[in-house]
Amino acid sequence: MLRFLTKRLLEIIPILLVVSILIFLFVHMIPGDPARLVAGEDATLEDVELVRKELGLDKPLHEQYINYMANLVKGDLGTSLKTKRPVTEEVFERFMPTFWLTFWSMVWAVVIGLIIGVVSATKRNKWQDYLGMFGAVSGLSLPSFWLGLMLIQLFAVTLGWFPSGGMESWKSYILPSFTLGTGVAAVVARFTRSSLMDVLKEDYIRTGRSKGLSEGKVVWGHGLRNAMIPVVTMTGLQFGFLLGGSVVIETVFSWPGLGKLLIDSVAYRDYPVIQAEMLIFALEFILINLIVDLLYGVLNPQIRYE
Amino acid sequence: MVELKLSKKEEYMKLTAEQITSRTPFSEFWRKFKKQKLAFISFFFVVFLILLAAIGPYVAPYDISEPDYDSVLLGPSAEHWAGTDAYGRDIFSRIVAGTQISLFVGLSSVLLGAIGGTVFGLLAGYYGKWVDRIIMRICDVLLAFPGILLAIGIIAILGPGLGNVVIAVAIFSIPVFARIVRSSTLAVKSTLYVEATKSIGAKPSRIIWKHIFPGTVSSIIVYFTMRIGSAILTAASLSFLGLGAQPPTPEWGAMLSGGRDYLNIAPHVTLFPGLAIFITVLAFNLLGDGLRDALDPKIKD
Repeated sequence: MLRFLTKRLLEIIPILLVVSILIFLFVHMIPGDPARLVAGEDATLEDVELVRKELGLDKPLHEQYINYMANLVKGDLGTSLKTKRPVTEEVFERFMPTFWLTFWSMVWAVVIGLIIGVVSATKRNKWQDYLGMFGAVSGLSLPSFWLGLMLIQLFAVTLGWFPSGGMESWKSYILPSFTLGTGVAAVVARFTRSSLMDVLKEDYIRTGRSKGLSEGKVVWGHGLRNAMIPVVTMTGLQFGFLLGGSVVIETVFSWPGLGKLLIDSVAYRDYPVIQAEMLIFALEFILINLIVDLLYGVLNPQIRYE
Repeated sequence: MVELKLSKKEEYMKLTAEQITSRTPFSEFWRKFKKQKLAFISFFFVVFLILLAAIGPYVAPYDISEPDYDSVLLGPSAEHWAGTDAYGRDIFSRIVAGTQISLFVGLSSVLLGAIGGTVFGLLAGYYGKWVDRIIMRICDVLLAFPGILLAIGIIAILGPGLGNVVIAVAIFSIPVFARIVRSSTLAVKSTLYVEATKSIGAKPSRIIWKHIFPGTVSSIIVYFTMRIGSAILTAASLSFLGLGAQPPTPEWGAMLSGGRDYLNIAPHVTLFPGLAIFITVLAFNLLGDGLRDALDPKIKD
């Protein structure tokens, strides 16, 4: 296990390195002069040169990268062009709202997805299965921003049950997390169904049935436990989908998270913030994939980490 | 009893013999595909959408850009089936005219991504070793950014606009196709007929394009169809966020975004463009599922 962990961590290092270079180069890929962008539209030529020196943009590219990485290690991500505050502070404030939104979306998506998937697999080719699977493919096809707006119209504007945006109480979480989780619930449902159907064909399931176990014990105890292994991997990968989806959903629900900050920053061309956000999202995604890999091993004792 | 069994067996044997002689791979595929009723209907709906994309702007009952300030934000009626927007423009006409934008963005971005991904996947799978390692690491890096975020990053560099959305969606489709084509290439590469071709001294380029590529086509087609739906969704999301098509364009996501301010008084401005996106994406997803079951039952989600 320890050897596997070290191997996986070592594998991640080159990816992280390339990701960091890409994100570092980001500011240089934008058409136009970054120093002029920071200095502002109506800055004088001297001002622009001053800013260039201050940001170290006059140094050779590899030196700039080393500086960038050194600052990164110190937790310094630069200054926001819009608010003039340190980016680290800005991003830090926004992290937890996004974290909780994605967390609760994932929780409900997994619960609903598993139930639909198990019902569909056990009632194969009956109406429950058709309904469940049609619901799942519909969930995959729904534009999330549209679903969010329709839910706001129905539950916030017309019925007044939940707030239409912001993050005040637990009620604020209901609509956005439902909207964000729908696509993932659909994926979990489809994947659980196909995985459980494969497992239910196995010999040990027949053994379980023939020794007189109840159908519930066979499905939930023996079947689902083994079917869960690929489902866990798939669900973990959906975290990336949630992180991406949060960008859209936070804009719809005026959620004070990283996603809304990103869209606001793109509109304002606030490059230090965009850079920091890309870095955080990529790091989070890579970290989650690592955790999923490890979890896979915990669930499946057949895997030996050699 | 015995006779009955025999005659049944004979009948069965005759049937299979006939079927074996009459079945080409295509008729086999068509027989399986027709069984999937939803996918079959979706196929005709997609054909209808493609036709609508070609003739949409000519058959739309109202002018799609001329404002009409006497009929602002009207609800659905016999005259305006989907109501009118904040400028008094007929929403139904704008949805019909906008079909070509969504289909063009979906098809072209996935096509570009599929071409790039197929070339990289074939090279990685066929040559293995360092070629494989480099290509797959690049894919890992691209996949380190969740899809739409990569697109937003690319648009932050290139600037907003529909053309840049196509490029952004194409770039994040490349690694997905590359991985799929690579794994099919590895499977086909180890088959006997490829070994045989290699042993008679065929050039690598000939082996790749004449012998390996055809073996990977069915999985490419399946993923191609399945990706179109998500490409249309991503493009609509980006337009909704103001990063794709810009307001006067009758792009569905942009139209929906324009309706946000009137959600309280005129929800139909948001409702109908969203329905159009939903039904279109649903048709492509159902078609993709049907193709998968008929062409390549091994692939799952």
